[in-house]
Amino acid sequence: MSMGKPLPHDAAPLHVTGQARYIDDLSFPANALHLAFGLSSVAHGEITGVDLSAVRSAPGVVAVLSAEDLPDMPDCSPSAHDEPLLAVGMVHYVGQPVFLVVADSHLAARKAARLGKVSYRELPALLTVDEALAANSRFEQGPVIWAKGDASRAIETAARVVEGSFEVGGQEHFYLEGQVAAALPQEGGDMVVHSSTQHPTEVQHKVAHALHLPMSSVRVEVRRMGGGFGGKESQGNALAIACAVAARLTGRPCRMRYDRDDDMVITGKRHDLRILYRAGVDGEGRILGLEFTHLFRCGWSQDLSLPVADRAMLHADNCYHLPHIRIESHRLKTNTCSATAYRGFGGPQGMVGIERVMDHVAFVVGREPLEVRKANFYRGMATPGGASPPGPPEDIWEQKKAASGDDLTSRGAALPVGSHDLPPDGRVQTTPYHMPVEDFIGHELVAELERTSDYRARKAEIAEWNKRSPVLKRGIALTPVKFGISFTLTWLNQAGALVHVYQDGSIALNHGGTEMGQGLFQKVAQVTASVFGVDVGLVKITATDTGKVPNTSATAASSGSDLNGMAAKAAAETIRGRLAEFIAEKHQVKPSTVKFVDGTVKVAGEVYDWARVVAWAYQARVSLSSTGYYATPKIIWDRVKGTGRPFFYFAYGAAVTEVVIDRLTGENRILRADLLHDTGTSLNPALDMGQVEGAYVQGAGWLTTEELVWDGKGRLSTHAPSTYKIPACSDRPDVFNVALWGKPNREDAVGKSKAVGEPPFMLGISALYALSDAVAACGDGSVYPALDAPATAERVLMAVRRVERV
Amino acid sequence: MSIAFLLNGTPVRIEGEAPTRTLLDWLRDTRGLRGTKEGCNEGDCGACTVMVTDAEGSKALNACILFLPQLHGKAVRTVEGVSGPDGEMHPVQAAMVAHHGSQCGFCTPGFVVSMAVAHLNGATDHDDQLAGNLCRCTGYAPIVRAAEAAAGEAVPEWMTADRAAVAGFAAGEAGVFRPADSDALAEWYLANPDAVLVAGATDVGLWVTKQLRDLRPVAFLNGVEDLKGIEVQGGQLHVGACVTISALRDAVAERLPSFGELLRRYASVQVRNAATIGGNIANGSPIGDGPPALIALGATLHLRRGDEMRSIPLEAFFLEYRKQDRRPGEFVAGVSFPEFAPDLRCYKISKRFDQDISAVCGCFNVVVEGGVVTSARIAFGGMAGVPKRASLAEAAMVGKPWVETTVEDAAEAMAGDFAPLTDMRASAGYRMLTAQNLMRRYFHDLNGVPVSVLEVTP
Repeated sequence: MSMGKPLPHDAAPLHVTGQARYIDDLSFPANALHLAFGLSSVAHGEITGVDLSAVRSAPGVVAVLSAEDLPDMPDCSPSAHDEPLLAVGMVHYVGQPVFLVVADSHLAARKAARLGKVSYRELPALLTVDEALAANSRFEQGPVIWAKGDASRAIETAARVVEGSFEVGGQEHFYLEGQVAAALPQEGGDMVVHSSTQHPTEVQHKVAHALHLPMSSVRVEVRRMGGGFGGKESQGNALAIACAVAARLTGRPCRMRYDRDDDMVITGKRHDLRILYRAGVDGEGRILGLEFTHLFRCGWSQDLSLPVADRAMLHADNCYHLPHIRIESHRLKTNTCSATAYRGFGGPQGMVGIERVMDHVAFVVGREPLEVRKANFYRGMATPGGASPPGPPEDIWEQKKAASGDDLTSRGAALPVGSHDLPPDGRVQTTPYHMPVEDFIGHELVAELERTSDYRARKAEIAEWNKRSPVLKRGIALTPVKFGISFTLTWLNQAGALVHVYQDGSIALNHGGTEMGQGLFQKVAQVTASVFGVDVGLVKITATDTGKVPNTSATAASSGSDLNGMAAKAAAETIRGRLAEFIAEKHQVKPSTVKFVDGTVKVAGEVYDWARVVAWAYQARVSLSSTGYYATPKIIWDRVKGTGRPFFYFAYGAAVTEVVIDRLTGENRILRADLLHDTGTSLNPALDMGQVEGAYVQGAGWLTTEELVWDGKGRLSTHAPSTYKIPACSDRPDVFNVALWGKPNREDAVGKSKAVGEPPFMLGISALYALSDAVAACGDGSVYPALDAPATAERVLMAVRRVERV
Repeated sequence: MSIAFLLNGTPVRIEGEAPTRTLLDWLRDTRGLRGTKEGCNEGDCGACTVMVTDAEGSKALNACILFLPQLHGKAVRTVEGVSGPDGEMHPVQAAMVAHHGSQCGFCTPGFVVSMAVAHLNGATDHDDQLAGNLCRCTGYAPIVRAAEAAAGEAVPEWMTADRAAVAGFAAGEAGVFRPADSDALAEWYLANPDAVLVAGATDVGLWVTKQLRDLRPVAFLNGVEDLKGIEVQGGQLHVGACVTISALRDAVAERLPSFGELLRRYASVQVRNAATIGGNIANGSPIGDGPPALIALGATLHLRRGDEMRSIPLEAFFLEYRKQDRRPGEFVAGVSFPEFAPDLRCYKISKRFDQDISAVCGCFNVVVEGGVVTSARIAFGGMAGVPKRASLAEAAMVGKPWVETTVEDAAEAMAGDFAPLTDMRASAGYRMLTAQNLMRRYFHDLNGVPVSVLEVTP
């Protein structure tokens, strides 16, 4: 059975030989045109004049479009229809596309785009959360507030109160392949689009809308992306739409890719935010009451900010039972690029906040931070291994109150409202949003990691080492992860697949998920091969194509394998059922006695080759093609009230990071990391290990070296890898021990596995608190480091000076 | 232009292209070899890494900032040519598959080429060899595991073939100005003082790929053999302007180990293989890492204009931000500095350890005799509009006992030496505080106290 095998990525041999094709590598007709945007140079202003004559007369230019050429301006937004393809009358951030150049080469388009003369009447720009709050510039009418119990009273009556303010930076995706798309006009006005997107259906929807076509006239294909990380959930829309509009205008194929600097200036990033917290604790550091305020800098358009900020609220508890909690979330509108999805989708921001509280509380009550964390853990799983009871029936019609024209497959679609109270269970503790936590494995998992990482002995050894080291100080921290799996927009939790078996026994697999490096295609192929009992090599993986599987959700929220694996399994099982029935009838036995194993079909004591049975079935006129469909059970969610069961299950993990800092310069680095991550019964342990290792480094990068800097005019100063520093090879931990927990998912997910794309990202949070521990070692224990993120050398040095009280 | 080189073992001749056409664009758009990727178009991500072989050997270079004339007479091997002629995988390719070293795969061709070059050259300092290749998916661990696994495998014969082939390859005239010696350069530059001199193109490349400038006339200097020498004479190292940072690093690694360590962290292998010390100086950047170390060493700069040579202290070359003491038609010919300086220490402070531009680069060379400071040369990058000495700090030390209070006095005096800027790399306050603290670090360092986080092992 191929499911569970540590097979390499299906495209690995193509990757390493340079044969794997990305969109810019495809061969396009020789008459294809190339596009580039002319960008706004001011953060907020009224456009008072647009002189594009020099652009039009530049070498190689075929057409130039601005707002006046597109009276029916296409929209690129995944949510609120607030992102015109080209600025209309006003610009809202530096880098907003103002005009579009169509030229005969990429270079000609880029050169011409710099020749536009756009004049502005500049308006005051809101660049920070403070400025936006003062101006009450926000999405939604006011803050979203969820509460459980009475936090304010619990804090007031608590023995101690711990409070603070915490700045958390954003993060550039830095997918190695920049945004890219191409559109090829077809007969009758139809359009074929190649887009580096995690969400082909949304690109299909947006292009159809822009061209006034039914969705059936637009086909979107994506074989692979060179990295996505959330940055290609909505940020590719503009390129695909631009290509389609220009292709219709010129009748020629059109291609567009952003140069790296343009990509970093134009596209959205992880949301930065400020977190205010006030916790009432007892002498042991148990949290009795807690108040959070999240100030999210969302940028100029809504994009996916509402569900991102929701997910931050949904992860403000992490692994900790908070009996009295109030979370107030502000989604502030600023004149900066529109912050968007990024691995974890707000979850990391919520989680890094509660971990700050744990770190701070431990410092104040003088206990070992891990002890404080454990003292606050949720109660352990009630019935180990057993699945939760079925949830209430879903009322999909009640939810679908979306305005016409919305992309229903977007996470930014109009939000469902409904009320569903869950049956109370005295023993099971609930999250701040009243979901019972029935599968908590934090106690066992953390105990195991504590043991394997030798946490306690190392902590003691580090304390001794620090006494002897005047300049360098080491630190260590263990932080846990509990991450909710499912789209919080419930209806997105569905998927389709299409499986064909050909007369020679070969199998073609297609599904709605997209491949961005995570190995989804291989995992789903392994599931499919396992159903048929054949080698995975028999399964041909094909490009995601809206013409094959429709109405797909974005490959996001870590849901790819869960959803598409189940859909492909359903499709394969349908075909296998037909084959079993056919061959059973031939042998006069029950279909359930037919076995598909090791490339053979076993029936009534006979063993046939798989291909032979397939050929017979074809000749007997048995259909060898099927769709498959899956919808996640049990989930229901009222995001306005903040109650329900938004998640099918939780994925868990924990990490120990050890660091060293230099108290003179703040230079710091990770020495060792020990990770233990819950993948359920892994569909492919090698790919899952890759996700866990890579996510940790990316998460640690977010909180250490990756600093986005905007200047006072709202211009992004860090718009290239020369100034924006993702981890390099030597930044990975010197000692890097990674293990999978591997016990089966108690819920009936595909193969009893768990989603793995996002959860391990938050293992990187341990790096920040290890740094905090090292900084604290520079002081006498009286001043909390209050280390902001990213903890660059500069921030570490400033924190050192705080604890040194200089 | 008529440029000829070997491409994956086969001779190619390119006529009529602009001399600033990059190898990457030509490979992908003209030649249709699309395995080599564009990630950043500025030499910082390594997705475009190719192997270039000439008489000096085989090296990894970034194709995105490599102009076609720079390849004249050389052999280029792309990811397609790292596989064997019958499609057999190179050991590093097979190891990358077996050890799950690719996820999205977009950076992978660049990694594979860097790894194949390191494998060919027998280099096993994998973190340094791969510092110029960014991967966003894997966290690097499986890539390094693959590099380690492949290290013991034999080098395939097609990888060594370029060295022999290039020796017998007659490229003919390049059809661009590509002087063979400094006399020819001097004469031409005097007649064309507005020309752009291209040595490694690690900065000039970006004028083309990012600023979209048209450069002409252009001189390509990588054939100027007499500026590539490193000689030791009278206790001085004389380094020609066209010596690459890689070659300079090799030359100083044992003589001046702290300078060598600084150069280990100077950009990446790909950039060090292209960039020259002459370019690093002539460029006049206030944040280049070569000048602070060389000024601390007391280096002398050699300039040439026509037949006229002059030599000046290196610090005198940097007049103000991006303005150097260089007359029209004059070029940097070389730099000389002491072969040994046991107490030289070079400290590079940046957001990331590898492949990053310094926020502050501080180089200290204090001589103590009989417990008293007899001379002090302290130079910084990132603290002013030019690479600059900390004269007040130096003055506060000379003649004083080498004790902590002297160091504190010097650190305090340093506040008068600089008025640094705030930018995306660091705030002015951080820069000043760190510069002063590097003075303190130096004292600890010379006293044998561990000061480098890079030297701590878990």
